[in-house]
Amino acid sequence: MKHDLIILGGGPAGLAAAIAAYDAGVRDLLIVERDKELGGILNQCIHNGFGLHTFKEELTGPEYAARFIAGVRERNIPYLLNTMALHVSPDKVVTLMNRTDGIQTVEAKAILLAMGCRERSRGALNIPGYRPAGIYSAGTAQRLVNMEGFLPGREIVILGSGDIGLIMARRLTLEGAKVKVVAELMPYSGGLKRNIVQCLDDYGIPLKLSHTVVDIRGRKRVEGVTIAAVDERLKPIPGTEEDYDCDTLLLSCGLIPENELSREMGVAINPVTNGPRVNESLETSIPGVFAAGNVLHVHDLVDFVSEEAAAAGRAAAAYIAAGDAERHEIPIRFEGGVRYTVPATIDPAFVRDALTVRFRVGSVMKNRVVRVLMDGEEVGKRRRQIMAPGEMEEVKLTRAQFDAHPALGELLIRIEEA
Amino acid sequence: MKYDVLIIGAGVTGCAVARWLSQYDASVCVLEKEEDVCCGTSKANSAILHAGFDAKHGTLMAKLNVRGSEMAEALSKELDFSYDRCGSLVVCLSEEDRPRLIALYENGVKNGVKGLEIIERDRLIAMEPNVSDSAVAALWAPTGAIVCPFEMTLAFAENAAENGTTFCFDTAVQSLVRTDAGWRVETDRGVFEAKAIVNAAGVYADVFHNAVCDKPIHITPRRGDYCLLDHAAEGFVRHTVFQLPGIKGKGVLVSPTVHGNVIVGPTAIDVDDREGTNTTADGLNDLMQKAGMAVKNLPLRQTITSFAGLRAHEDGHEFIVQESAPDFFDCAGIESPGLSSAPAIGEMAAGLLWERYRWTKKPDWNPTRRGILDPKTLSTEEWNALIQKEPAYGQIICRCESVTEGEILDAIRRPLGARSLDGVKRRTRAGMGRCQAGFCSPRVMEILSRERNVPLSEITKNGKGSELIVGTAKDVYREVRDEA
Repeated sequence: MKHDLIILGGGPAGLAAAIAAYDAGVRDLLIVERDKELGGILNQCIHNGFGLHTFKEELTGPEYAARFIAGVRERNIPYLLNTMALHVSPDKVVTLMNRTDGIQTVEAKAILLAMGCRERSRGALNIPGYRPAGIYSAGTAQRLVNMEGFLPGREIVILGSGDIGLIMARRLTLEGAKVKVVAELMPYSGGLKRNIVQCLDDYGIPLKLSHTVVDIRGRKRVEGVTIAAVDERLKPIPGTEEDYDCDTLLLSCGLIPENELSREMGVAINPVTNGPRVNESLETSIPGVFAAGNVLHVHDLVDFVSEEAAAAGRAAAAYIAAGDAERHEIPIRFEGGVRYTVPATIDPAFVRDALTVRFRVGSVMKNRVVRVLMDGEEVGKRRRQIMAPGEMEEVKLTRAQFDAHPALGELLIRIEEA
Repeated sequence: MKYDVLIIGAGVTGCAVARWLSQYDASVCVLEKEEDVCCGTSKANSAILHAGFDAKHGTLMAKLNVRGSEMAEALSKELDFSYDRCGSLVVCLSEEDRPRLIALYENGVKNGVKGLEIIERDRLIAMEPNVSDSAVAALWAPTGAIVCPFEMTLAFAENAAENGTTFCFDTAVQSLVRTDAGWRVETDRGVFEAKAIVNAAGVYADVFHNAVCDKPIHITPRRGDYCLLDHAAEGFVRHTVFQLPGIKGKGVLVSPTVHGNVIVGPTAIDVDDREGTNTTADGLNDLMQKAGMAVKNLPLRQTITSFAGLRAHEDGHEFIVQESAPDFFDCAGIESPGLSSAPAIGEMAAGLLWERYRWTKKPDWNPTRRGILDPKTLSTEEWNALIQKEPAYGQIICRCESVTEGEILDAIRRPLGARSLDGVKRRTRAGMGRCQAGFCSPRVMEILSRERNVPLSEITKNGKGSELIVGTAKDVYREVRDEA
């Protein structure tokens, strides 16, 4: 079997990419989804707040997904459900498996990686203590509550203030559970400000910054956890321990892009994002292999996932039409607290009407200005009153700016004190 | 309930004794306080089979270690469990320590370990490129091996069960009373009677021994903390790498596992609590520090889980496999190299009982057992044929370890089938990977609930008291509202 484009993942990124690729002329494409329905993690995100940017209205996760699923259906874009991509080779042969077709290999002209991310587990966090039932990652608990209708526990402590953890603090409270505290290792929250206000403050749930879980009690089921303050080196401070009785510990301690398939096929990974290194077309180190959404870098808002994935879908369409091309990429340089940029490199010749460069900062910063320089000349600047690691930043560049710098040697993004 | 033999404990030792006893025409029942086999020391150890150079020459420990190590490969084929004779290296980090390395070599030779060699730095680096820069030499033991301890224990247990052995789980022995006919064993699930008792109770073995024997023994639970690294670290070491205890202290081992992970550990911390399998911050820090002694640049960032197990350390550091009181057979003090020795302990203990009771051999005893089919070991054509017959083998449930629904169904439906999330995990590896069951646990819970025909609220992580959910969201909400 052969396809022009295979999209690995039928979540928000895969759906948006498929629609954009189709609208850019790709007709022979296939979405591969491992779960039993399209929509990915949105299906369990029944809270609202999705789509403010894309649709200018507040949708729930399933509603947001439904709009894209409808778009896929209108275009008759084929998709496979309950289908696992077992293997992808560097020459873009995908091995798929499901119950009905068994194992089959499919060749693709282009591949779009949209596998999303997973949650950091208790084991990866090295939290000491027993290993009883009742320790869940926030997303697993979210699935249990919102999709299966089960309550994982009655008395909850949450470690980590990532967005899913904050959302679940409110969700579990509404379901009748008591959320006792949210502890966050860092001196700032990893989640959006609006979620702290709407999910914790509004329900009187305390957020303890610079605190972590240092012990888990209970042999069979969680009976309690011990929380302690941490110093600047993030090490627990003896004497600050506080015991909380609870039957459940939820973990919302970061998301990790799921790039096992990408690594296996030889895609270069950026160690900062744990996602592929991509150029302005969101193309990875393997020509014709694109990436978008949380597999590329973890986003805060699905709206930006859709936007990014649509750009990747259009780039894949252009690649399918034109084939491999000679490239002259320059790295995007950054200074002043930027941790990474997506894309990491650009070839100005391939920039279409506009280019969005997304990035995150490494610490909370106030009163800053983000400057964009082309060969030392400032082409854009943005005042930012506050910048935080939990909120993704972006700068937008136009084709005209690139045209004005035909022999561009350096693109620099710099944060300065305002 | 009357049996010829009651075995206390369904760890690797108890299951091995059951397996070797199952060839005789005797009725045997294994009593286990947990909900499954392999729930204590047998589930949390280094997953290696020691070659047998370490145990002191002349001890029973040395004899059984070497014998067990010799039996394991053929046994792995007979009983279908993962085994890889990758070999082991004891790395010497200083010339000053070399006499100790030579002594270890000589002890191994006396124990009858085959193929031992002292190799110098050049050859060591060729074999293990990530070995420490200060390594000067190593003891090379080509017969060292790695196994899956869950599979090995399950293999013994299932084979015994298929040959007629009874297993009673969730059954804690409370007292042993001597009777004219043998023993009366009181448990929290009723009274059992037997001619003979085999004490394979791990860290509790001294409790039962001391209840019926004149000469007491003392067992200390010795905790070992471990880290398990993701498949991404596969190939970091190719052999089990120990560090020779020396002037720089005592290290921990770094070893490949049969499933392509890297295991690091154990520490050694004596504890009072026989159930004290909690890791501690100090223990994990200690482990991190020791982990880097024999190898360099160990990718500890790839840790997917940390855990602790308890070794049943007997004061004399010797295995006690004997009839310690009339009709009371000890398999006590089975600490490392207990996993390595298990086949030999099973063989020896079964032999002791046979000497005493002279049962006849079952003519139809089946020494073989088929493990859970892992479709990843099949060719694409074979796997496709299997999916056509059993579509569940085309449905991945655990993404990280690529475990299909077919394997999970097999794990639940087979003799002594899995009843809990951990039971499925130990049998199939579902939930054992890098996401640590984040994605698959709701789905495995669903399959368990459906297959066992019990509500989801009764599905546990590892037996009663470890229920995974507290009820449906609606019920709990009503309950809370009514209280208010």
